[in-house]
Amino acid sequence: MNNRRISILAAILALVFMMPQFVMASDKDGEGVNVKEVMFHHLGDGYGWEVPFSHVYRIPLPVIVKTEDGKWISFSSARLSKIEEVTDSATGKSKLEAEPQIVTVEKDGNTYNFVLAHVSKHNNKIVQIFPLPDDDQSKVAQAASAQNDDVVDGYVKFDGKYYREYRPFDISITKNVLALFLSAIIVTLIVMSIVRHYAKKGMTAPRKGVGLMEMIIDFVYSDVIKGALGANARKYAPFLLTCFFFILIMNLLGLIVIFPGGANLTGNVSITLVLALLVFVVTNVTNSKHYWKEIFWPDVPLFLKFPLPIMQFIEIVGIFTKPAALCVRLFANMMGGHMIVITLTLLIFIFAAFGAEATGASVIISILFSIFMLALDILVSFIQAFVFTLLSALFISMSHGDGHSHDNIEDGEKAQEAIEA
Amino acid sequence: MELFTPDFGLVFWMFISFIILFFILWKWGWPAIIKSIDERADTIDKGVEYAREAKAQLESARADAQKYIEEAREKQAEMLRDAARMKSEIIEEAKKEASEEAKKVMDAAKVSIEQSRKEAELQFRDEVSKFSLEIAEKMVKNQLKGDQAQNELVNKLLDEIEKN
Repeated sequence: MNNRRISILAAILALVFMMPQFVMASDKDGEGVNVKEVMFHHLGDGYGWEVPFSHVYRIPLPVIVKTEDGKWISFSSARLSKIEEVTDSATGKSKLEAEPQIVTVEKDGNTYNFVLAHVSKHNNKIVQIFPLPDDDQSKVAQAASAQNDDVVDGYVKFDGKYYREYRPFDISITKNVLALFLSAIIVTLIVMSIVRHYAKKGMTAPRKGVGLMEMIIDFVYSDVIKGALGANARKYAPFLLTCFFFILIMNLLGLIVIFPGGANLTGNVSITLVLALLVFVVTNVTNSKHYWKEIFWPDVPLFLKFPLPIMQFIEIVGIFTKPAALCVRLFANMMGGHMIVITLTLLIFIFAAFGAEATGASVIISILFSIFMLALDILVSFIQAFVFTLLSALFISMSHGDGHSHDNIEDGEKAQEAIEA
Repeated sequence: MELFTPDFGLVFWMFISFIILFFILWKWGWPAIIKSIDERADTIDKGVEYAREAKAQLESARADAQKYIEEAREKQAEMLRDAARMKSEIIEEAKKEASEEAKKVMDAAKVSIEQSRKEAELQFRDEVSKFSLEIAEKMVKNQLKGDQAQNELVNKLLDEIEKN
């Protein structure tokens, strides 16, 4: 008991002592923290993965792009920036900083230049750049000053100069993509460990980790999938269980602050969009005739469907809103959770402007609230994976509906309301 | 706001990873697990059912045994009762038969006694008549030693016959 208290205290103190580093790291301009930038840096994607507790070094990842003239080019993301020692003119202290630089790649006798865009419409993305002649350069600069904004459409500003930019077709292994692969591997390992347990020990009940996972599988399969789909449960169980565990692991990995975690996957609309699209496809491809009858000739008074197809319109919109709701719910919930934790942490830096006492107090409060929010996020991770699976199962069961599935729908809606409340 | 606009690269990789993950788990993962879970659930259900049946059987066997014991006891009591009744019956019958036999014997004895008495009587009568005849003969011989006496008697007897 005592030991545990001491270790918690030590962890909090360690965090407190680490803070000044972060303050310095993010306090580039010496005029407070750019809350928005820090937040989107943490929520967003990146070429390269931060090495734990360092703001300079990154784990290099492959960049894969297709240039304007249709060539595939790949290089290490480490080349996108160089580490330089920067001396602060005011304090005289020097520190390491990662400075973006132009990457030049030679292929088939052509030279291609890339840069990580900052002053551009494609912020934080790799763009192919083409040098501008001097007169064009001044034209673009004039346009920029005319609109009172450095960002000019079609151009990127780097190191004080404008370049014509082309956003290449980009399938780089970014931080999120790698996290995605890691999640998929973890899910595979977990599932295969259970399969191996069955292959080896047959009918004996699994214990510990395998037992826990089996309990969750059984919970999802027996209660959610069987409950919603009944006789069709076996057919759709692999898809829904894969969704559940993939989402759950991505959610939980996102909560881990350092390396294997920290990528805000399910809080990224691309990920949830794919998941929702797959549910959309499954719902609309494997359904019964009844489903289309419900859409084009629903069981309502005639004036609602003829001559003005009001119900048909609503139903057709409904086809798309259901997966869209799935997509947005998961994305917004997970992103919201991350955002709150980051905001709570950033409060420390915001309050730092008011002196040592305010900083100290806000450190304690922020950490306590952050821990609470992270604990809540663990719960939310599970609930969101569960809700996504439950609603997908319900949508699929509705598309197989024989007109008697309304009880299920009501249950689902109740569950949904309970979760949203 | 890159967070709110889907990024093609991420969508592409997400799609690829999901499809690969789904394929692997669909082929080697979930069906095996679901099958095992279902099988084990069935086995457990069967085990419980079996135990319940065994218990019921045990109960019924116990009840049966109790019943048999009760029955055996009842039979025993009945047999004892029967034996007692039979004993008394046999004794009764034996007594009856014995008395009957005795009566028969007595009757036979009576008959034979009567017979022998009659025989004896007859014998006796013969003897007596023989003796009396002898005696009479001797007396007559003695008395009728003279012819006179013999004549007298013959006359007398003839008289008597004439009278008749």
